[in-house]
Amino acid sequence: MEGYRDLERRIKFRKVKSAFVLFLSFLTAVYGIFWLFWIIIDVFSKGFQNISIDLILQDPAPPGVEGGGLKHAFVGHLIITSLATLIGIPIGIAAGIFFTEYGRFSKFVDFLRTMTDSLVSLPSIIVGTAVYAIMVKPVGHFFGLSGSVALALLMLPVIAITTAQILKLVPDSLREAAYALGAFKWQVIKDISLAAAKRGILTGVILGIARITGETAPLLFTSFNNNFTTYNIFDPMASLTVTIFVYAMGPYEDWHRKAWAASLILTIGTLIFFIMAKYLLGKKK
Amino acid sequence: MDGINKHTYRRRDKIIDKVVFIALASVALFLGLLYPLIIGGSLLKEAWIAIEKFGVIGFIGSAVWDPVREIFGGLPAIVGTLLTTVIASLIAIPVCIGVAIFITELSPKPLKPVFITAVELLGAIPSIIYGMWGFFVVSPVMADYVEPFLQELLLDIPIIGKLVDGIPTGIDLLTSSLVLSIMIIPFMATIVKDAFEMTPQLLKEAGYGMGATKWEVIKDVVIPYAFPGIVGGIILSVGRALGETMAVAFLTGNVHKIPTSLLDQLTTITVSIANEFTEADTDVYLSSLYYLALILFVISFLLLIFSKFFIFKRLEKRWKVTGI
Repeated sequence: MEGYRDLERRIKFRKVKSAFVLFLSFLTAVYGIFWLFWIIIDVFSKGFQNISIDLILQDPAPPGVEGGGLKHAFVGHLIITSLATLIGIPIGIAAGIFFTEYGRFSKFVDFLRTMTDSLVSLPSIIVGTAVYAIMVKPVGHFFGLSGSVALALLMLPVIAITTAQILKLVPDSLREAAYALGAFKWQVIKDISLAAAKRGILTGVILGIARITGETAPLLFTSFNNNFTTYNIFDPMASLTVTIFVYAMGPYEDWHRKAWAASLILTIGTLIFFIMAKYLLGKKK
Repeated sequence: MDGINKHTYRRRDKIIDKVVFIALASVALFLGLLYPLIIGGSLLKEAWIAIEKFGVIGFIGSAVWDPVREIFGGLPAIVGTLLTTVIASLIAIPVCIGVAIFITELSPKPLKPVFITAVELLGAIPSIIYGMWGFFVVSPVMADYVEPFLQELLLDIPIIGKLVDGIPTGIDLLTSSLVLSIMIIPFMATIVKDAFEMTPQLLKEAGYGMGATKWEVIKDVVIPYAFPGIVGGIILSVGRALGETMAVAFLTGNVHKIPTSLLDQLTTITVSIANEFTEADTDVYLSSLYYLALILFVISFLLLIFSKFFIFKRLEKRWKVTGI
């Protein structure tokens, strides 16, 4: 009888202990959600307070003067990221195709793929400094195109790795059927693998774009900044992120308000890309 | 189609086959091999002046950062980078494991995707936003409430009191690490959660079948099984924290001094580069910043390669063996 009661007490203790730890885990989840809500609410409330149509359409006012907008940053950001995407997509997808279609059983290609996988998390500021050394220094001044190259370098591994992973999911029987009809490898890749993996590759591209739209560090030393709207990719070019950095660090209240408004637009932009990618992935399953 | 024509078609296709192969192979070779070599090589080349002038030990071991006398030592920035990363990870690791347990074991099924999306959304916010928000919102709260409170609580205790010594400004090691930890939580939590989910249901049920409580199953079945994945996720997140620039750019104060208290200003490798790169007016100055970049590159790349080659490769094999 005594032993039975002892056992009962021990089981109770274990149950209480389990409930306690699970409660702790619940608290950590609350902690995580708490930060999410805090940052989202701040960005949205402070952003919406200061947002106006002038922000997108007006050129900036001189420092310290109220009014004006951030047209130069929006235009620059759009040009820099679009160019980066144009450079990044073909190269990234090509490498991804090679990793899966040609090198699945080669140790060396596997090594290349793993290196690329590691490059996904390469600190972005490092890419910025390297591009400065390779492109900006020889030219002698900052220019927009070098910013695009830096961003393209950051997005390449993301696109390559997702493409490679998606292509792995294409069943081999499809490829074998095409080979049996006498198709060449390039035809199999073009008409079978890529056709079957279209949606997945698109997801990779969107993830790549989402990765670079919010980047600041690599642009600091490449496209740099410009107080005027420019469409010339060989001039220094403002971007939304660098402008937020400069404006938030600056001494004027008006600059801070503009930085919040720009942050809101940037956040919404990246979240849209992110949700698009998530939606495409969800459909896939 | 007559015979000759067919022959030329086959020849054309064969040539295309070769061209495609060479094009794709060279792109892959560029990405997997030349890209890291070019990055590392250009950093090494630019850092060479500083490497020759200060040497390796002379740079890593020196705490002097004096642009006027052109003497540069990387110790404060390196220590700052390591300290913020370690403290941020110490905050983030238990939270991530808790969040992973919550999502995989506790949350009601219909709410699961909501929580996963919420965590992932937090990870999709650009780091500059974290930085600015940390500067305008978190930093004042830290300076006005949290840090004075910590001082009141801990200052009188010997040794620990030293950690909160100083004037609470909100621009310090504590705030930097906190914001950095918020930034890496989603990233780390997602990987840890994925590792948790890899545990075969069968093993868990065996645990429950023996009368184990939920926590006992998590502690003795899920965590041991997911352990390599957890470690891999932590290493990847540490790599991310090491190289993070914008989230801490506003919050460190960029002071080249080794912090002795949580309330001291500091600098990190990335913050020094971001703040001083365009102002560096001498070759040695710029070269020293490149030296810092090179050190960061070596540390983070080694870390990433280690986690990829040793942990995730092994995991892939194991998950294949267990049939998942």
